[in-house]
Amino acid sequence: MAEPPLLELRRLRKQFGGLVVTNDVSLSVPAGEIHAIIGPNGAGKTSLIHQVSGTLAPDAGQILFAGRDITRLPLHRRVRAGLARSFQITCIVPGFTALENVALAVQAREGSSFRFFRPVALEAPLNDAARAALEEVGMGARAAVPAGSLSHGEKRQLELAIALATRPRLLLLDEPLAGAGPEETERLIAILRRLRRDYTIVLVEHDMRAVFALADRISVLVYGRVIATGSPDAIRGNAEVRAAYLGEDEALPEGVAA
Amino acid sequence: MTAPGALLRREAVPLLVFLLLAAAPLLGFSHSHELTLMARAMILGIAAVSLSLLVGGAGLVSLGHAASMGFGCYAVVILDAANIVEAAIVVPVAIAAAALFSLVTGAVAIRTSGVHFIMITLAFGQMAYFTAASLAPYGGDDGYTLYARNTVFGRDWLQDRMAFHYVCLGLLVLAWLLCRVLLASRFGRVLRAARENPQRVLAVGFNPYPFRLVAYVIAGAVGGLAGVLLANATEFVAPAYISWQRSGELLFMVILGGVGSLHGAILGALAYVLLEEQLAALTEHWRMIFGPLLILCVLFLRGGLAGLLAPREAARHG
Repeated sequence: MAEPPLLELRRLRKQFGGLVVTNDVSLSVPAGEIHAIIGPNGAGKTSLIHQVSGTLAPDAGQILFAGRDITRLPLHRRVRAGLARSFQITCIVPGFTALENVALAVQAREGSSFRFFRPVALEAPLNDAARAALEEVGMGARAAVPAGSLSHGEKRQLELAIALATRPRLLLLDEPLAGAGPEETERLIAILRRLRRDYTIVLVEHDMRAVFALADRISVLVYGRVIATGSPDAIRGNAEVRAAYLGEDEALPEGVAA
Repeated sequence: MTAPGALLRREAVPLLVFLLLAAAPLLGFSHSHELTLMARAMILGIAAVSLSLLVGGAGLVSLGHAASMGFGCYAVVILDAANIVEAAIVVPVAIAAAALFSLVTGAVAIRTSGVHFIMITLAFGQMAYFTAASLAPYGGDDGYTLYARNTVFGRDWLQDRMAFHYVCLGLLVLAWLLCRVLLASRFGRVLRAARENPQRVLAVGFNPYPFRLVAYVIAGAVGGLAGVLLANATEFVAPAYISWQRSGELLFMVILGGVGSLHGAILGALAYVLLEEQLAALTEHWRMIFGPLLILCVLFLRGGLAGLLAPREAARHG
């Protein structure tokens, strides 16, 4: 039998009162793929990623990770299983240095953290691994800066480094480019392009240029329902998708007209 | 990574405080009244430091910390009634009892947060208070007078006020060191991160709950030790020692000294006890002055006394 997809959603459903935010969503993401999830505002992208990461419980359906049912697993256990996420709204420990933010993540996978007496700041293996993760996202030089005083783009990079430091098998990136300036966007896209070699990525993103440049496959979410899944070219040519985006300010990239 | 010189500068304030407390009896502050006052300040300082580990370190604002002191006090009383006065027995029993109480109550309380956590710790504290008040064999509401202080390996060293002073000081330094080391460890890092951003801690794969619970138990154990000292200092124990007002006082010492600074809690305890003493000597209605003064401190002393005394860069977890 073929290897199961790394991430599989089976008929996932979530509703808030009368509003169905996730409507029978089934998806499968094989290892090594960058799978982008796009959709107009209010399509339920964030709700979906919350359910996959474990901060929101679905009403029905199943989430399988590497063939294992993780639907009822809490967030921190999913991370331990290899499912890391970044947040749409930056989520760092502002009082810690960039290095310490990443070292915290390294600590989570390197032995017990019920160690009470040794000064953690002097633990070279933690710091070395953290520094390596910072280098991977081009933040090596900013290791000693308190995370709260980093620029917005740097915080996004830091968050990537934290996610990488958990040694994930799958990266769940919730709008990694949100709020980034044009220059920062270029830098982040370059980083993501490098990461695709080593990680399977599920990407929720508004920046269509980035999505079409990076994704192997794209799923389009409209009113909580997946209306199309396919290669970037197939999605470009899909009439239903184009209709969903008509009148939206976030138009598909130029040159997509058939 | 840190040169000894830098370490000395960073810890200048607590070291100075410890030195002053060590030197005070030799500099003429050796009347029994003065020694009593300092002992009281140091004992409350021990309890305040352990509370500071919770409030400043773990972000757990407990309004029931006096209960853990109560377990220390009543361990002394109950063992005294059974003719057991040896500190080598009393202290471990007191610490174990306080730790167990913290484990059981903490296991429930830490499932909540914010105002709920404050109210639940307050409720557990009051349960301990009313239990103590109903212990008729041990004086109930009226309290219990000890025949003598605890012995240390059969010797009555604690009877000597000078010796007791240095025992309190030694344990204060130990309590401070313990909390400091804990906060700087792997354990402490998870704790501190969970205070600032619990979501982040979950998202790197930690459940903050067991870390917070262990911190709660450790703080309770240290509080129990302070209770043993308090009972010995006054040679009398009453439920009033562990009322919610005492918990409030401890919390206030932490805030007055500066949340986020361990030695701040010691400064807060010293300032609180001395101020209370001075004002009480001034007028019978000293609380009328004390209250507003405390409010002014909270409003205008951001970072507390520790922040006021910090050398340039803000002291964090000093």
